[in-house]
Amino acid sequence: MTQTVSAPALEMRGITKRYPGVVANDGIDLEIRPGEIHALLGENGAGKSTLMNILYGLATPDAGEILLDDTAVTIAGPADAIARGISMVHQHFMLVPVLSVADNILLGEETMANPIFLDRREAHRRIVDLGKRFGFDIDPEMKVESLSVGWQQRVEILKALYRDARILVLDEPTAVLTPQETKDIFLVLQRLADEGHSIIFISHKLFEVLEIADRITVIRRGQVVGTRIPSETNEDDLAELMVGRNVQLVVDRGESHPAEPALTVNDLRVTDDRGQESVKGVSFEVRAGEIFGIAGVAGNGQEELVEALTGLRSPTAGQVSVAGKDVTRHGPRALQQAGMSFVPGDRHRFGLVLSFPLEDNLILTQYDEAPYSRGMVRNDAAIRAWAKQAIAEYDIRTPSATVTAGTLSGGNQQKAVVAREFSRKLTTLILDQPTRGLDVGSIEFIHRQVVAKRDAGAAILLVSAELDEVLELSDRVAVMYRGEIVAVVDGPTAEREDIGLLMATGRRGAAAEAALVAATHVTGPGVEA
Amino acid sequence: MEVLFDIPILGFVLQFIAYLIEAVTTTNLAPQTLQLATPIALGALCGIMNERSGIVNIGIEGMMLTAAFVGFMVAMLVHEAMPQSEPTAIFGFTPALVIGILAAIGAGMLVSALHAWLCVTVRADQIISGTVINIIALGLTGYLNRLIQPTGSAGTLDPFRPPEFLVDLPVVGWIFRMFLAVGPITMSVIVFVIILQILLFRSRWGLRTRAVGEHPRAADTVGIDVLKLRYRNVILGGIFAGLAGAWLTLEFNQSFQNGMTANRGFIALAAVIFGRWTPIGAFGGALLFMFSEALGIAIRSNPPEGDLGVFLSGIQAAYPSLYNNAFGAMPYLLTLIVLAGVVGRSVAPAAVGRPYVKEGAS
Ligand SMILES: Nc1ncnc2c1ncn2[C@@H]1O[C@H](COP(=O)(O)OP(=O)(O)OP(=O)(O)O)[C@@H](O)[C@H]1O
Ligand SMILES: [Mg+2]
Repeated sequence: MTQTVSAPALEMRGITKRYPGVVANDGIDLEIRPGEIHALLGENGAGKSTLMNILYGLATPDAGEILLDDTAVTIAGPADAIARGISMVHQHFMLVPVLSVADNILLGEETMANPIFLDRREAHRRIVDLGKRFGFDIDPEMKVESLSVGWQQRVEILKALYRDARILVLDEPTAVLTPQETKDIFLVLQRLADEGHSIIFISHKLFEVLEIADRITVIRRGQVVGTRIPSETNEDDLAELMVGRNVQLVVDRGESHPAEPALTVNDLRVTDDRGQESVKGVSFEVRAGEIFGIAGVAGNGQEELVEALTGLRSPTAGQVSVAGKDVTRHGPRALQQAGMSFVPGDRHRFGLVLSFPLEDNLILTQYDEAPYSRGMVRNDAAIRAWAKQAIAEYDIRTPSATVTAGTLSGGNQQKAVVAREFSRKLTTLILDQPTRGLDVGSIEFIHRQVVAKRDAGAAILLVSAELDEVLELSDRVAVMYRGEIVAVVDGPTAEREDIGLLMATGRRGAAAEAALVAATHVTGPGVEA
Repeated sequence: MEVLFDIPILGFVLQFIAYLIEAVTTTNLAPQTLQLATPIALGALCGIMNERSGIVNIGIEGMMLTAAFVGFMVAMLVHEAMPQSEPTAIFGFTPALVIGILAAIGAGMLVSALHAWLCVTVRADQIISGTVINIIALGLTGYLNRLIQPTGSAGTLDPFRPPEFLVDLPVVGWIFRMFLAVGPITMSVIVFVIILQILLFRSRWGLRTRAVGEHPRAADTVGIDVLKLRYRNVILGGIFAGLAGAWLTLEFNQSFQNGMTANRGFIALAAVIFGRWTPIGAFGGALLFMFSEALGIAIRSNPPEGDLGVFLSGIQAAYPSLYNNAFGAMPYLLTLIVLAGVVGRSVAPAAVGRPYVKEGAS
């Protein structure tokens, strides 16, 4: 490993990449030193993922060159990138859901007993060891599809670490993590950097970037607009550099005027994929004109709760009613007709059909209603018009309404889902990580929209791993811990520390602190401490 | 026991069970089932190789038919060139038969290569590609068959004759008969099923294959060459379709007839679904589907006695054509039922049927 600080481990020079209708990268220069944590910042669609895909061999640049240790290289594909010591955690999980954690980590880098057969026992040992070293207590036998997004993220990171890369790219690894989980991962990254690995870290959370990065490069519309050192900048400066205007980081939510209960949940019990009860008798009500936030460390039953409320999973006991009507065990369709809108946490699995044009995705939940259909026929003019309006209103960065949703940048995909769900006639709105992967400007916009929906009389349930988001928006905050709601507090006056302790221990005050000392790190799913 | 047989309806059921037990242990029902299941199981293995790596293959039928034709013709030519070569003591292999089998396998692989090219490189609709293969195979083999009008023979493979004492063992004897008193291709099936099952779930190739069939992009991002793996698996799958074809003309029958696969390729696909894309499950499905046909043969050659026998001959007298065709139709009926009942619950590899494009989504 090169010890001189000046010699870059990686240099990208004049990288240009054009897609039909957009220049995703426009002559980007990037220089990464050995042992450095280098953050990439930029709006949704600025070209960060594209740049990293080029580095990883997933996309071929139209112009520019890549130098590793001062030698120009062509990276033909991921296999080539891996062979050169580059490893990447992708923005959207690249995990095979039906395979186990171990198989996912092994894939492509198999530990072999002989030339034909895998050595699963040895692989398990190495995965568990690696996990221990970085504080992830994970069961390699678990199927990935039964893991929460937070844990899938850890598996992705373990997968990259398993390959022992010298350049590690992480594309929004913290988008779905709670602050505590992020802290754990930062410890890992810091340790890797100290060992001489170079890390490229992409995030939209400015305070995170300021905390972890040695240097920050900001990209806007495919061009580098500046490089900063954390000690010489701050959140407002970075936000302005990114967006090109002043961004209000916290929206003014005003006062709420809650009316009658619109969403009532009574003693709901839900079982997860492994047959364990993960929602253990939860009751609450969300009133019209109110934002009810649910805070909690990922994997404490929030996902199953949301799935049960939105008809994706059948609860084992309890009732759910929307606007006074019992909708327990109703399917997503019936719930939509009852006035429920839903922004799912995993936009690729539930929110979008990636191979469909953007405009079709924008009407997925309304395609059979006027004006988008006339009898049995699509009304293309109305669909087009709405797509145009949504793209403008929600600032979806796309060359046109007819490109497939899969070609949009992650954040712009999210904006498309939000645009669709918010535009429906709704009484109840279920938001699961609604700003996952959005840039600060877009978050500001979405938050404003959420507040506007509330003021228009919608009952809003907000589930987010982002504690700050929950605190900023919610009129009341419930804390979920091990499948139960352990506390409901008033949003505007809630104390961050107080909620944080509740999330970590399920208890308050001194009792919580005692419990916190006892626990060394966050335990894995299935490993009940 | 005899007393129980007099109970109405239930008596029939008991008599039937007693007949089944007797048929399985004393007649050829078990080896016959395995034999009939052979092309289905081999076709299913071909299907599994394809679908596990993300390629739909409804062209198994055509691949089998082509292989059956090519295998037979080649074997016949070789046989005519060297008519006096002695068959081996076991299985009755002759150079003609061996070369015929190899030719059938080669034909299966060649047609599979066409399918792979259409699906992977051209990115044609995979259902269409399979359909095209079926239509061309049926037409071309039929045409060539008429053109050549083969009159010669290629000889056939013989079943193995296991030692008497094994077959006559009480209780378990029929199992030996089932797996040993059969021809070489039939006997090889169980070996292939087990090997493929183990490889699919324990080897590196199996892990990569499953990953590519489920989430090709994820496989691509860890450096696996998706397209190459698909090509390889589809072509290797052709070996099994080829063997199934060889079974048709070189082991089970002695000649080639137009359309002789009789939709076995489609029953094979049903077996794949029934078996949830596992070799052992598909093998079980093949046995289940073909058991009914074997049973029909057993009942006709060895009719049950007592009330059941009287009942059956009554039906035979009243509805002769229905009776004679009922058992032959059974595998197809079972296939329909299974497809209607199991399809919803059995989950195909996620990426099946979708061509993989390298540079794509963000
Ligand atoms: N495969 C593709 N085909 C066409 N256009 C693409 C493709 N991939 C990306 N783009 C376009 O390139 C631009 C940059 O996208 P990219 O994914 O790099 O953004 P990003 O900075 O990662 O944004 P985000 O923060 O939302 O993830 C976008 O306008 C996007 O629509
Ligand atoms: Mg991105």
